[in-house]
Amino acid sequence: MTGSGLSEAEITRAVEKIARADGGRLLSNLMGMLRDLQLAEDSLYDALESALVHWQRNGLPASPTGWIMQTAKRKAIDRLRRVANFASKSAYIAHLIELENASDSLQEQETIQDDRLKLIFTCCHPALDRKTAVALTLRSVCGLTTEEIARAFLDKTEAMAQRLVRARHKIHKAGIQYEVPEPEHWRMRLESVLAVIYLIFNEGYASSDAAYLRGELCEEAIRLGRLLIHLCPEQPEAEGLLALMLLHHARSATRLGPAGDLLSLEEQDRGQWDRAMIDEGMALLKTALQRGQAGPYQLQAAIVSLHAQAASFEQTDWREILMLYDLLVLMTSNDVVHLNRLVALAQVRGPQVALEALEQLEAELGNYQPFHAAKAEFLRRLERLDTAEECYHRAIELSSNPAERRFLERRLAGLRRHGDADAYP
Amino acid sequence: MQYMALIYVDPAYQTPPGTAEFGKMMAGYNEANETYKKDGVYIAGDALQPTSTATTVRVRNGKTETMDGPFAETKEFLGGYYLLNCDNLDDAIRYAAMIPHASMGCVEIRPVMVFDNP
Repeated sequence: MTGSGLSEAEITRAVEKIARADGGRLLSNLMGMLRDLQLAEDSLYDALESALVHWQRNGLPASPTGWIMQTAKRKAIDRLRRVANFASKSAYIAHLIELENASDSLQEQETIQDDRLKLIFTCCHPALDRKTAVALTLRSVCGLTTEEIARAFLDKTEAMAQRLVRARHKIHKAGIQYEVPEPEHWRMRLESVLAVIYLIFNEGYASSDAAYLRGELCEEAIRLGRLLIHLCPEQPEAEGLLALMLLHHARSATRLGPAGDLLSLEEQDRGQWDRAMIDEGMALLKTALQRGQAGPYQLQAAIVSLHAQAASFEQTDWREILMLYDLLVLMTSNDVVHLNRLVALAQVRGPQVALEALEQLEAELGNYQPFHAAKAEFLRRLERLDTAEECYHRAIELSSNPAERRFLERRLAGLRRHGDADAYP
Repeated sequence: MQYMALIYVDPAYQTPPGTAEFGKMMAGYNEANETYKKDGVYIAGDALQPTSTATTVRVRNGKTETMDGPFAETKEFLGGYYLLNCDNLDDAIRYAAMIPHASMGCVEIRPVMVFDNP
């Protein structure tokens, strides 16, 4: 027991909860004042450490976040005082002290300005490497610990920590401004934010990890998506992305079989799909499309929504899906989108047409596992089983994930067992 | 902030004088120069003579050593630069993207280091 009447574990939990729930907001505010993400990060960390000590002694303050904010500002001033080139910073420090004195001693948490939109745009700047932007966003905006992020990417904590330090350094030195971008940069910058959020989602949705699914990353991406449309409303592609993630995530519970094997769309139990989440995604997509500026995320969400609405795989509206893919191909000259389009094409115009089109993509996608899996599937439907078998072998060779590999091995084994296509899978 | 834009030329893209490509490239540079000056971001900018004119200088043990070259124009080489005064990285990226060689090679932009006064 401590002087506060709260156990050490309770205090630790309270501090961790604040770091996770309010860390992004506190950091965004500190960054606005300090203009140096590393300094803001270090000062916030110092303040959280300090909270552990003080709160055990005195109990929780009236406004815990206000207390942390106030302490972080003081820690920042201390840190600045300690650095070698003190003389050149003295005016800056004086300014900070003035700011600090001007603020109420225990700021209510409601008055701590939420600058997370600036923080998101900064962490997702296109001048940062994508993986770095993903990690930095998870750390700074979502409040995940460096250890958690390292684990999510199968990296060593030390390497991840260094990556984050380098990124903060670049932001500071390269002149990445801490502002919501101006109209002439808006498109490029928003695209980059959306791409980072979708990367986080995909890392959870088709993880390189043995477990294949990492639901917590999907949820984190959805949380970010929600935050983005809250902070930055009426952006149809941001709404489209959130709809897309919700519609995918609604199927999470059904994507793996009892043995942890991946199940195809055909094999999933549609009764177990999360209807509330699908409805939310559909409503959001409708709102986005009504703005009259269709984009790649909205189109992908529209495709997934057609799957979500279909009572069975056979009853799926493949014609509509193919039409959406045609539009998507016009917008993004992405080989993977081409490949997905061919899967829809096979459903509408048969496997022979799709196979011929697929062979055109060999040069670009020859080392991409799904290319060979799709080719094997088309060949199977054409009853060219020997060639299909070869393609499955190639796909298995290229797969880096155990759950995916087991899925492909099961398809391969099924080839011979079910000679006629109708009995498959 | 001052940004240095280092223009790297990809030898795979040939633009010999007198060809249509050359004319297009030069027009692109003229347009970029005009925009930089109009927007007040231009500080300096030059093209460099080809690497066949290059001399590499090293001082070892107090002695100046020189070497002819490097000549190899088989990979990307520095072909010129701009020094631009921009508010932030986004602006620097936008101006760098106007450099014709950004689409036939690449442009590296780096902020100029500012030393604290002692």
